[in-house]
Amino acid sequence: MTAAATLSRSERQIGFGLAFALALLGFIMAAAARHGVMAVHGAMALVLGLYLVFRIGGAFYEPEPSPDRANQYYDAPTRFGIWMTLIWAIIGMGVGVWVAALLYWPEATPAVPWTSFGRLRPVHTTGVIFGFGGNALIATSLYVLQRTSRTRLADSISPWFILIGFNLFCAWAVTGYVMGSTQSKEYAEAEWYADLWLVVVWLVYFTLYIRTLARRHEPHIYVANWYYMAFILVVAMLHIVNNLALPVSFGAAKSFTIWAGVQDAMIQWWYGHNAVAFFLTAGFLGMLYYFLPVRSGRPIWSYRLSIVSFWGIVFFYIWVGSHHLHYTALPYWVQTLGMTFSVMLLVPSWASAGNAIATLNGAWHKVRDDATLRFMFVAAVFYGLSTFEGSFLAIRPVNSLSHYTDWTVGHVHSGTLGWVAMIIFGAIYTLVPQISGCKEMAWPRAIEWHFWLAVGGTLIYVVALWNAGITQGLMWRAYDENGALSYSFVESVQAMAPYYLLRTIGGAMFLSGAIICTLNCRATFRSTPPLHEASDRPLNPQPAE
Amino acid sequence: MSDPHSDHTEVDPITGYDTTGHDWNGIRELNTPFPKIVIWALILTFVYSVIAWVLLPSWPVGRTYVPGLLGLNQGEMAVEDFRAMDAKRDEWLARFGAEDFASLQSDDALMARAMPAAERLFQDNCAACHGSDGAGGPGFPALNDNYWFWGGDPETIAETLQFGINAGNDDTRWAQMPAFDWMERSERFAVADYVAALPGGQADETAAGAMIFADNCSSCHGDGGIGGMMNGAPSLTDASVIYGQDRATILQTLRHGRQGVMPAWGTRLTEAEINLLALYVSELSRNAAEEGK
Repeated sequence: MTAAATLSRSERQIGFGLAFALALLGFIMAAAARHGVMAVHGAMALVLGLYLVFRIGGAFYEPEPSPDRANQYYDAPTRFGIWMTLIWAIIGMGVGVWVAALLYWPEATPAVPWTSFGRLRPVHTTGVIFGFGGNALIATSLYVLQRTSRTRLADSISPWFILIGFNLFCAWAVTGYVMGSTQSKEYAEAEWYADLWLVVVWLVYFTLYIRTLARRHEPHIYVANWYYMAFILVVAMLHIVNNLALPVSFGAAKSFTIWAGVQDAMIQWWYGHNAVAFFLTAGFLGMLYYFLPVRSGRPIWSYRLSIVSFWGIVFFYIWVGSHHLHYTALPYWVQTLGMTFSVMLLVPSWASAGNAIATLNGAWHKVRDDATLRFMFVAAVFYGLSTFEGSFLAIRPVNSLSHYTDWTVGHVHSGTLGWVAMIIFGAIYTLVPQISGCKEMAWPRAIEWHFWLAVGGTLIYVVALWNAGITQGLMWRAYDENGALSYSFVESVQAMAPYYLLRTIGGAMFLSGAIICTLNCRATFRSTPPLHEASDRPLNPQPAE
Repeated sequence: MSDPHSDHTEVDPITGYDTTGHDWNGIRELNTPFPKIVIWALILTFVYSVIAWVLLPSWPVGRTYVPGLLGLNQGEMAVEDFRAMDAKRDEWLARFGAEDFASLQSDDALMARAMPAAERLFQDNCAACHGSDGAGGPGFPALNDNYWFWGGDPETIAETLQFGINAGNDDTRWAQMPAFDWMERSERFAVADYVAALPGGQADETAAGAMIFADNCSSCHGDGGIGGMMNGAPSLTDASVIYGQDRATILQTLRHGRQGVMPAWGTRLTEAEINLLALYVSELSRNAAEEGK
């Protein structure tokens, strides 16, 4: 069933109009820019718009979906979102492994500008954070929202607009980097028009979420939705404030931020750390709070703890960005506040991890036997580990050792590989069979392979970079008895060789797991189950007892 | 399914706790009492924070901030730490800014103390172009040999370090291999053939190239290209050319000229550090001479 077949005729008309508008927007961008990055991006939007025009136009007179679709959850966008998640996983992680290898074999860099390390590194970060993580968040949030509200999405056009628009943003961002276009702000490298486009997409996303929640048939809003909403709302705020910029011209992919000096640095890391908090934590806690109890069949251990942790995380996180700027031109008092709030943040973080792990009480035999549930258990453990590490590294004197070293990179990957990616895979292995009408994934054994590759890869990566970072930190600060540096910088680079090789191996293992997952999902999506197993509750509210 | 709006709840058989009565697509929640340890942990981390706020600069107040009982100022602390380390280094480093090279070199104890520091200084500032062992590379002269364009004694090296080469300041050393693009191609070919043969000692001194060389090149490179004029122009009879002395590279050099840059380090390093590096580099060269390079 094609996506267009799930839309009614009037929805196809709206979709057709939007696709045409996108093509027009692309044409205007390309015409205004004439050459350079923005012209290429305009052409990309034009081609995408035209493709959608033909796709929807071609399916225009196909039979309409049955009228009782209003009584079914709308999972076609989730299915598309999962596909995009997996495609971006392979792109983002593949580039990650490649740039990791370049650190070990720098002479392997081809002599072409677009393959340079500096251009490819943001392709990795944007590819995995926004492409892989963002698509997973959008896809699962739509799935969770409907089921915990027992209602269908408020409309059928918005989810497509959100997913296609978001992926256009990701594609603009990464192709811009390889062409040399960047705002030079970490995790916010995309240029002004891509940022504006994302604001539009995000507003539609927020609106759809609120509208669907308003139509819920459950008296309470489940905690997973609180987290997803915090993710959507705060990311919008962070994105808009940090990306305020003046374009050099409306026809060029170049702009200058309106922030200056240390204020710019503070805004950037307020954004940067809360991207970790609200993109990579809050949204994924929403995912955890749905898929962990569903898969384990256990009630959430403590309702109160889930509420207090939510407000604790939301309140404390927003303060801590300044711990990225210890010992810099940022005033000391801002650093102290960032440090102390980072330490207090540990409590709600561990409360969430503890709540997740305590939820598994009574289901440990399932953790042992079911690799999918084990993904989620490992995710909760790594969430606890990396939040402890984060609070620890935020303490100013500790930071004087770890800052600028690969310890930071190791810390980020213990969070992103161990926590974020693991919970994504756990969620994928739970929902893909469900929306395919299957009892389980097509290749259950492959999940075990994926699990051990992912855990092994993460451990190798993280342990290697702990060693790398601490070695660097100690070498950089060592003075001999004459007051001269004990090591030149290049010696500290040479000392990294074994760790950089290990991190490449760990990353390659993780990537192989993701490829296995993609093939497994493909096989599951393509399988035709003998009978459709409805494991969801009926959508309409049951009459009161 | 329990009714969330009545007091009717289920008891979870495993934990023995009531459920809250909420139910979302099969997800239920336990009415577990709030764990005390979380409260204590919050209090503990809050106490830590309050202590930090009292001792360190913390909350903003209008246009200023609470300075903290310890009275710490990170700018002053950084300067103090830097000065303390500087003072420790100056026990021996100060002599490099005050004494002449001969007396420094004759003090073996001083040199034993200084040379490891000089090696790190070289690695951090010079090795990026000249190589970590001073062996140079295409476009960058080797320092661990006996070929010098401006002179290899410590005084001359120190001046090169101080002001750089083609570095854009008034005192910089200046040298340019001009582009001979005005020459006939055939003339450039003839010169290239002649120069390419010079290092092997096989150059034909009666060839047309030799005549053109004598008229146009020897004023900088010396008669027959023997160099040694310490004006930045290399000898062409040995291995001191840094861009390559094969025919194709020579033709490129003749056509487009060369004007390499060495930055002036006088604005980055102290006089004592420059003198220390000058001694280190001259040592590199002297060691090479002893090894017969």
